[in-house]
Amino acid sequence: MAKRIDVSGLTAYYGTHKAIDDISMTIEPRSVTAFIGPSGCGKSTFLRTLNRMHEVTPGGRVEGKVLLDDEDLYGPGVDPVSVRREVGMVFQRPNPFPTMSIFDNVAAGLRLNGMRRKSELDDIVEKSLRGANLWNEVKDRLNRPGSGLSGGQQQRLCIARAIAVEPDVLLMDEPCSALDPISTLAVEDLIGELKERFTIVIVTHNMQQAARVSDRTAFFNLAAVGQPGRLVEIDDTERIFSNPSVQATEDYISGRFG
Amino acid sequence: MSHTATATAATPPGSLRGARLPQWAPYAVAAGSVAAGLGISAAAGLHSSVQWALIAAVLYVVATYGLSARVEGRRQAEDRVATSFVWVAFLLAVVPLASLVWATVKRGVKVLDGYFLTHSMGVVGDAEPGGGIYHAVLGSLEQVGLATVIGAPIGVLTAIYLVEYGRGRLARAVTFFVDVMTGIPSIVAGLFVLSLMLMLDMQPFGFAGSLALAILMMPVVVRSTEEMLKLVPDELREASLALGVPKWRTVLKVVLPTSVGGITTGVMLAVARITGETAPVMLLVFGNPFINANPFEGAQASLPLYIYQQYAQSAGSPYAYDRAWAASLTLIAFVMILNLVARGIARWKAPKTGR
Repeated sequence: MAKRIDVSGLTAYYGTHKAIDDISMTIEPRSVTAFIGPSGCGKSTFLRTLNRMHEVTPGGRVEGKVLLDDEDLYGPGVDPVSVRREVGMVFQRPNPFPTMSIFDNVAAGLRLNGMRRKSELDDIVEKSLRGANLWNEVKDRLNRPGSGLSGGQQQRLCIARAIAVEPDVLLMDEPCSALDPISTLAVEDLIGELKERFTIVIVTHNMQQAARVSDRTAFFNLAAVGQPGRLVEIDDTERIFSNPSVQATEDYISGRFG
Repeated sequence: MSHTATATAATPPGSLRGARLPQWAPYAVAAGSVAAGLGISAAAGLHSSVQWALIAAVLYVVATYGLSARVEGRRQAEDRVATSFVWVAFLLAVVPLASLVWATVKRGVKVLDGYFLTHSMGVVGDAEPGGGIYHAVLGSLEQVGLATVIGAPIGVLTAIYLVEYGRGRLARAVTFFVDVMTGIPSIVAGLFVLSLMLMLDMQPFGFAGSLALAILMMPVVVRSTEEMLKLVPDELREASLALGVPKWRTVLKVVLPTSVGGITTGVMLAVARITGETAPVMLLVFGNPFINANPFEGAQASLPLYIYQQYAQSAGSPYAYDRAWAASLTLIAFVMILNLVARGIARWKAPKTGR
């Protein structure tokens, strides 16, 4: 559970376009790391390289190393499918499977990977829904379609679905950008609880959110328009927001550009 | 109307309210156009019912534009003209369809009964009364069924390849050949299988027809399935992949269930299309007045072929014509039932909103 991620010299491409250039960082286990930066600076791309979802995009490829507790995700013979079982992901827009019930959505990851035993599934689904603070709201309608829930509930359903397969790391790509403040608060509280068990990486455009939920913050930026995105600095969240070591970070956080 | 026209002129500039034609105006114009069309036809001594309708349609569009332009201004007039074009086009499309169904039902019900559906033409001469279409229905069901069993899976799998896996030259080549196949005339598909049949020195049999029908069906299924699979949002695929689900299981358990309603509709429409094919069946299945339940040996009958043969081989016998109409009605009903089933399945399988 909760593994450390060590990234060194990571460069990602879309076809011939270089999206992010030479990024190195360490992400601590049982902590929340937030990625901030202007749109198009490669935060999401970098996040997607951490569970090999980047290569799902046609033309997507990666150079460099991503170590998950000393095991290189991009090493020879590594199966992207097993990588994704250890590094789960929650997306920007809630995307429950429309043909499945709430129960089936949470059980999807397990079931699609071959688990069949009903009693075991029942336990895991309840545990995951409780873990996502959704159990009390949906326990009476587990057989209703997941798409009937509100946006915030759907996003927590997606989080429950992601933690049901017991990953080591949970990646979240702007998980609250489609949610109202109350649902956002619910998800943020949830992130605070989940970091006891998982390593959490969250991309956000909301600086207050980064300050509220994260232990460490990484600031990404573009050198210039058309240039690949790069990591400007990563530090404890408190330091980034009070006394960052790079001027660009301070400019961005205080709203002077971007 | 001139009062309203002056009212337009009196409307102060900047007001949001303009003069409007009364609600009944379009109906009045339509009634007037029809009356004028009939009047002009009668006066000019035209007897065709198509001509007065065309005159009425043109009058309707012109009168609507003129009236509306005077009273409401140009933008509204253009809006009304566009609306009336839509209506005219709708009528042009519906009138032939309605008259076709009407004619088929009127003439088809004459001999269409339980006896007709359960007997063959075995001992009945083409010019004699009696007989039925049991052998033809049986033949059609078997040939179309076998064609579907072959064509639908290949078509769906090809579409899955093209949407989910196909990249680069092979996928482009497959897409190109599917496009080419869409344009194959049915007789050419029939000739293709016929050449094989002759090479192997075989006599006509039902399954040969199925092969030709499957060739005709495949591109239709590929195209419609492709469109349905493209409608599945990538986010669902990514959600599944991010759970550590292998790609093939993602396709099988997430993508296909999400689009199964649309795929079924596409397959059913393709089935409906090949059910009415005559040319390849004539070449390959040949036709047979007796009941032959074995599609793998001996000539069979089929509904479209039966209709053609009743018409062509009966030397103008009214009994044969009645049978041909009844068989046509059966064919239309069959295709319509298939379409209804397809719609039912599409609705039943559509992703649930739960609201």
